[in-house]
Parts: sequence; structure tokens; C-alpha cells
Amino acid sequence: MSAVVAQAPPGVNAGAISIREVGKSYGEGKGRVVALERCSFEIAPGEFRVIVGPSGCGKTTLLGAIAGFHPITEGEIRLDGELLCGPGVPQARPGGDRVVVFQHSTLFPWMTVLDNVTYGPVVQGRMTRDEARERARDQLAAAGLVGYEDLYPGELSSGVARRVEIVRALVNEPRVLLLDEPFRGMDSITKSVMQQGLLELYDRSRVTVFFITHDIEEAVFLGSRVSVMSTRPGRVQATIDVDIPRPREVGVLTSPCFRELVGQVSELVRDEARRAFEAGERELA
Amino acid sequence: MTAPPSEATVAPGHGLRDIAPAGRSAPARDVAETEWTRGRELRWRLRRWILSPQAPLMVLGFALVLGFWYLAVDVFELPRFRALPGPTEVIREWTSRDPAYGTSIFTSSYYTDIWMSLRRVAIAFCFALALGVPLGLAMGASARFRHYSFPVLELLRPIPILAWVPLAILMFQTDEAPVVFLTFLAAFFATTLNALLGVQSIDENLVRAARCLGAPPWRVFRTVIVPGALPYIFTGLQVAVGVSWFSLVAGEMIAGQHGLGYLINSSYTTTRYPTIVIAMITLGIVGFLSSAAVRAVGNRLMAYRTRGGGR
Amino acid sequence: MNAKARRTIVRRGILGVLAWLAFWEVGSQLGEWIGVAVPFLDKVPPPHAVVGDLAELIGEAGYWNSWALSLQRVLWGFAFAIAIGVPLALLIVTIRTFRGLFFPIFETLRPIPPLAWVPLAIIFWPTQELSITFVTFLGAFFPIVLNIVDGAAQIDRRLVLISRTLGLGRVGTFARVLLPSTLPAMVTGAAVGMGITWEVVVAAELISGGGNTSGDGGLGFLVWNSYQGGDLPRIVVGMISLGVAGYLSSTMVRALGARLMPWRRAA
Repeated sequence: MSAVVAQAPPGVNAGAISIREVGKSYGEGKGRVVALERCSFEIAPGEFRVIVGPSGCGKTTLLGAIAGFHPITEGEIRLDGELLCGPGVPQARPGGDRVVVFQHSTLFPWMTVLDNVTYGPVVQGRMTRDEARERARDQLAAAGLVGYEDLYPGELSSGVARRVEIVRALVNEPRVLLLDEPFRGMDSITKSVMQQGLLELYDRSRVTVFFITHDIEEAVFLGSRVSVMSTRPGRVQATIDVDIPRPREVGVLTSPCFRELVGQVSELVRDEARRAFEAGERELA
Repeated sequence: MTAPPSEATVAPGHGLRDIAPAGRSAPARDVAETEWTRGRELRWRLRRWILSPQAPLMVLGFALVLGFWYLAVDVFELPRFRALPGPTEVIREWTSRDPAYGTSIFTSSYYTDIWMSLRRVAIAFCFALALGVPLGLAMGASARFRHYSFPVLELLRPIPILAWVPLAILMFQTDEAPVVFLTFLAAFFATTLNALLGVQSIDENLVRAARCLGAPPWRVFRTVIVPGALPYIFTGLQVAVGVSWFSLVAGEMIAGQHGLGYLINSSYTTTRYPTIVIAMITLGIVGFLSSAAVRAVGNRLMAYRTRGGGR
Repeated sequence: MNAKARRTIVRRGILGVLAWLAFWEVGSQLGEWIGVAVPFLDKVPPPHAVVGDLAELIGEAGYWNSWALSLQRVLWGFAFAIAIGVPLALLIVTIRTFRGLFFPIFETLRPIPPLAWVPLAIIFWPTQELSITFVTFLGAFFPIVLNIVDGAAQIDRRLVLISRTLGLGRVGTFARVLLPSTLPAMVTGAAVGMGITWEVVVAAELISGGGNTSGDGGLGFLVWNSYQGGDLPRIVVGMISLGVAGYLSSTMVRALGARLMPWRRAA
């Protein structure tokens, strides 16, 4: 059993996300697409929320709205009570308090690992370059990435690159960490290593996490709460609490509690998927 | 993949620290050692090439062409061909201490002409770089600016560079400026367009990543957009060098004094035919070297691409 | 992109062009209007004079004759470049021995600007037209071959392997895999070559006087002749005509290329 990491005390900037009646549609008239409609939910500070759902249910749009990449057309999103986007402010401003880890690597190829990781703090002016470097080295070491500091992203394996990217995000002490299917396409062994790594980092920092995935087992393994989204319109269908205690280890995967939860989520997702599939077929017919 | 082997053999229940690469320390980036191995590798590659079928074929190919030229002009004196200068004449002239037509590797006028042409290309190229890269980057980064400026650029670009000759002569009343201007124009269009394409080629998520790491727009421009566009910019610069020489020669032939293009033209009008070929070959060499120089600078600046086995 | 966004883009584009035209008009006329001449720009004929001259010229047969003459030279040179360049490039790409023999020579000759060949061409070819056609051919030849060679190098090796697995011999692989795969590169090379062809034709027309002195010597000659005759607006008309001609030719090449590659149409 690895050491239980101390809980970060809940603070003022604890990363509570409030999503109220958020809607997003594109186009007009016949070509109008409704990505999200009256989507509402609350994420508590420090919570690890996983979103699952069939393709096209607006998960990425929602993540983009929180991060400030997409505008919304209705509703509002608040972070710790402050308005991110809403009436009068269709699009949030991207910022270091809500860092995103994308599906494909977005490490800057022309910077070394160390420069990548120090990018956030340096650019926000919160520390000097030397302070940022020291901090980065510490965090990289804590994540088991000693010796990679002077390599370029092109020289890293995908697993290492992903970990570096997560460290790059967390070194900013963001209020929210947003991940869009970060482990998609990885072989199951690497994926399980990544998941463990993420959980360790989460346990240590207790940052609020907004995690999108297709993999139901991953969702239940990682999340404190799992929300299943429906498609057309994109809305939260149901949220399931995952009562498995932390820190979680691989052994959890075979526990009956886990398997039951996976079953519950699977059923919900399957219903949604079938509905979406049929809806799609009806439109084609 | 350069994944350390220990990564895949994790015993369950271990933390991250345990699965970190244990035996593998940071790769030694000793500069001296890297350069020594690189030199060795180059020599090995060269030796392998010489021993391959490539080398004798290349020699054979050149021999065939040179042989044909020699036979057609000097030996058989085929019709049409016999008016041309033959290889023996050209080489003799080029390497003679007292060339009959005034230009050889021992005459100063030869080097003056090379220098004049090089200087013009360099000046024009620098201007094109200084104006074209920022303009292209700005057009790529700001959609609004691009909407206003791109149509104007696209209206001017199709006009053949040499069609500008009279206008250039009218505008700049000196001898030098029109030639440099023409060269500049050609390089400018290539550079601007490629810089624009370079910005557009950048993965949108890289920009988003920078922004959500807290970088203000100007910082994003400097640290993400400029480096991201660099590969395309350098392709553009290589193209620009090529079209620069193209326009320069044309400009010199029409409106210049001194320079290799001018040398070709004046050698023709004064029937100093071997000199024409000397100038042509020189142009080829200088053009090739300038392109290679640009490419080398580019490779240096983008060294991160070659490290890591081209992922 | 919705209609509104598209309208905005068009509007901005038109505004940009108008702003530039206004700048040109004012800049070239400022000397006359208020006595303060803009450097460089005041030597340039103003837009309204150019437009007027163009309107006049469009009605004249000689003008369209110039178009025809230039187009003819361009097309001949281009046609030869394709006829010789494409097969040569395909040979280089398929037969290694041939590549070893000729590609180094090709690469050695390539940096020599096409126009540097003009005097030799004039010496060698009996007529001026042939020499212009030859230099035009050279201009387009190099990019066409180069693009095909580069394009072939980028073909996914697995496509070739698959075709072998499916039982295609060398000829079959060539016809069914290599050719279609290099088609985009051929079209790009052709478009680039077409652009260079116009450059060369204009240059050749400027250098060698464009043919008969009766004044119907092609668009490049129109430009030079107008310069020598002091007809400034006509110079710009000639430039614009050349721009339009070059643009239309490149567009047609690309359109033709797109027809040959139906699989490339966006889904």
C-alpha cells in the first residue's frame, strides 16, 4: 500500500464549478445543431468528476466552455461563485486557473520538458524563472520523471509525454484540471500506469477534476462521481456516486462494489447510446 | 518508442516513484561526444555512398552529358551545336590566367560580378524577410487583419515579377534599386505566403494550451505562433532564395550593371560565348550554396525536430 | 461558416482593396494636387488613368492579339515541359539506375535560373520563337519533375506492399498505385510550372523585344513598349493583364487536375 497522502485543506479557491441551464447551439434554421441544452450540474471543490456519454453528446463542448474555448448560447457557468460565462459574456477567458490536458499531446515541441513545465508559472509572472525551474524539478521528480528535463517532446514516449503534460498543468496550482479523454488510444498497460499516476497527483493536490472518457471502467476507477450525459440534446442524464475510498489501487478493479457500479453506469450509457443511435437512424431515414 | 522497460512491468500497488525509470539516468548530452559521433557517422555514410551503385552511376551520368556536349560541339560539330561554346573551351577559359574573353577565376571582374549579384540578393532577401515574415505572421494570427489585407496581396501576386521592371525603373530612378526591388518582390511574396501558411498549420490546441496556461495573447504569439510557424517559414525562405536568383538574373539582364546576369547578357552581345557558360555555372553554384545556407540555418534553429528519431 | 460571417469577410476584403486603391490614387496624385510629391509613388500612373486606358484597349484587336501571342508561347513551353517532364520524372522514380544516372545532373542544372539560358538558346535555336519556347520549357520543367519526384517519395510504402500482395506486378503497381498517388504532386508541379512559365515568357518578351516590331508582340512586349513610348497607364494595364492571364492559367491547371482526381473531392 502506498502512503496515504495528506488532504489539501479546502481553501477559498477550491474550484467549485456551477453549471446552470447551459445551452450551446450552432447554425440557424434547418441546419441548427443543439450541442447542449439546459445542462445543469454542480461540481464540489476537490471533486473528481468524470463525464461519460456517447459520441457527440457535447462533453467536449462543455469542457471547452469551462476552459474558455467555446462560447455558450444559454445559461451560465460559475467558478467559486464568479461568473465565467453567461448572459453578457458568451465566452469565458482562458486562464491558468482552469488548465486543460487534451487528447493529443500539446507539449510545445520546440521547448524542453523543463521549459514546458515552467511555461505556466513563468508566463503568468508568478515566479522567477529559477523559482519556477526548481518547482518544476520537484514536481517532475514527485511524478517519477527524473532525468527527462532536458529532452524535447519528440524524444519522449507517449506515456512519459502525457505525464509531463499533467505535471505541466498541475504546477500552476489550478482550481480546476480539465482532461479530455487523455488516455484514449493507449494500450491497457500504459493506461493503467497513467491512471495510477493521475490518482496519485490528485490525491496529493486535491484539485477539482473534470475528466471526460469513453471508458466506463476508467470512469468508475478514477471518479468520485460519474455523470452520464445524454445526446441530442446534450444534458446530464444521471450522476452516480462512487463510494470507493481513496487512495484506490488496482485491486479495486475486481471488488464487487466496483463491478456493480460499472454495471450501473454501463446500463445508463448503453441506453443513451441506443437512443442516440436510433435518433441518428431516424434522421437518416 | 524509447519507453524504459521498467514502465511495463509494474507490480500492482506500487506508486509512481517505483515505476520511474530506475536504471536509466538522464541521457548524456555531452556536446563534444555528440559532435564526435556525428562526424563519425557522416564519414561512415560517405564511405557507404561511395561504395554504393549511386556514386559510379552519378559519375557515369555526368560523363554522358559532358561527353555528349563535347562530341556535339567540339568533335562532330553538329549543325546548330557548333555555334555553342564547347566544354574544352569553357574550362580552358575559366581556368586560364589570361582569359581571352576577360573572365576567369583569376580575374577580379569575375569576383566583382559574383559579389554584385550576391549583394543584391542579400539585400533584397533581408528586406523580404524583415517585411514578409511579420506580415505573414500577422495575417495568420489575426483573422481580421487577414480579411483586410489578403485580397490585396492576392491581387498583386499573380503579376509576373518582371512585368514590374518598367514601373520599378520609373519609381526608383537609380540603376541599382530597380534590380533589388524586383528581387525583393519575388522573395517577399514567397516569404509572406509561407509565413501565413505556417501560422495556419499550427495545431489549434497548442494555442489553446498556451492560453489556458495563462499566457496573454502577445506571449502566445511569441512563444507558440512564431516557433510553430518556423518550419514553413524556412521552406518559404528557401523558395524565396530560389526566386530571388531567378528575378535577379532577369533584372540584371534587362536593367543592371555588373553582376552575373549582366555578365551573361553582355557576353552574348559581345560574342564572348564561353563566358556565358562560365557565368551560368557560377550562378548554379552560388544559387545552390545560398539555398543550402538557408536550409542549414533552419535546421539549426529547429534542432528539436531531428532529435528523437523523427517522432 | 454561416452566411453572415462570409459576408463580413467579403466586406472586409473589398474595404481593404478600396483602401489600397485610394492610397494609390492619392499617393500618385498628391504631387499635382498640393505640390508635395510622395516619393516613388508619384511616378506611378494613378488608378483612374489605368482604368481609362484599359477600357480603351479592350476594344482593340491588337490587345487581344497580344494575349494570344503570349498564351501561345506559354502553352507550347508548358506542353513540352509536361510531355517531357512527366515521363522523365516517372522514369526517375521507378527505375533506380535511371535515377542514379540522371537525377544528379538534374539537381546540378536546376539552380541555374532559366533566364540565364536565354543567350545560349538564342545561339542554338534557329528562330526566336523556338528559343523563347525552349526557355519557357526549362522554367516549367524543373518544378514539374521535382514535385513528382518528391511526391513519389512520400507514397506510403504500405500501399506498394499491399498491391504486391494483391497480385499486381510491376506494371500494375505502377499504373494503379504510383500514378494515382503522384497525381496531386503532378498537379501542384504543373501549377507552379505554369506560374514560372508566365514569368519566363514575360522576361523573354522584355529581353528580346517580343517579336515583330509592329507592336503586336505579346503582353510582355506591351509593357515594355509602353514604357519606351512613355505611355505610363498602359504599362500598368499590361501588368494587370499579365496578372489576370497568369491567375486564370493556374486556376485552369488546378481545375483540370481536380477533375483527374475525383477521389479528392471533400466528403
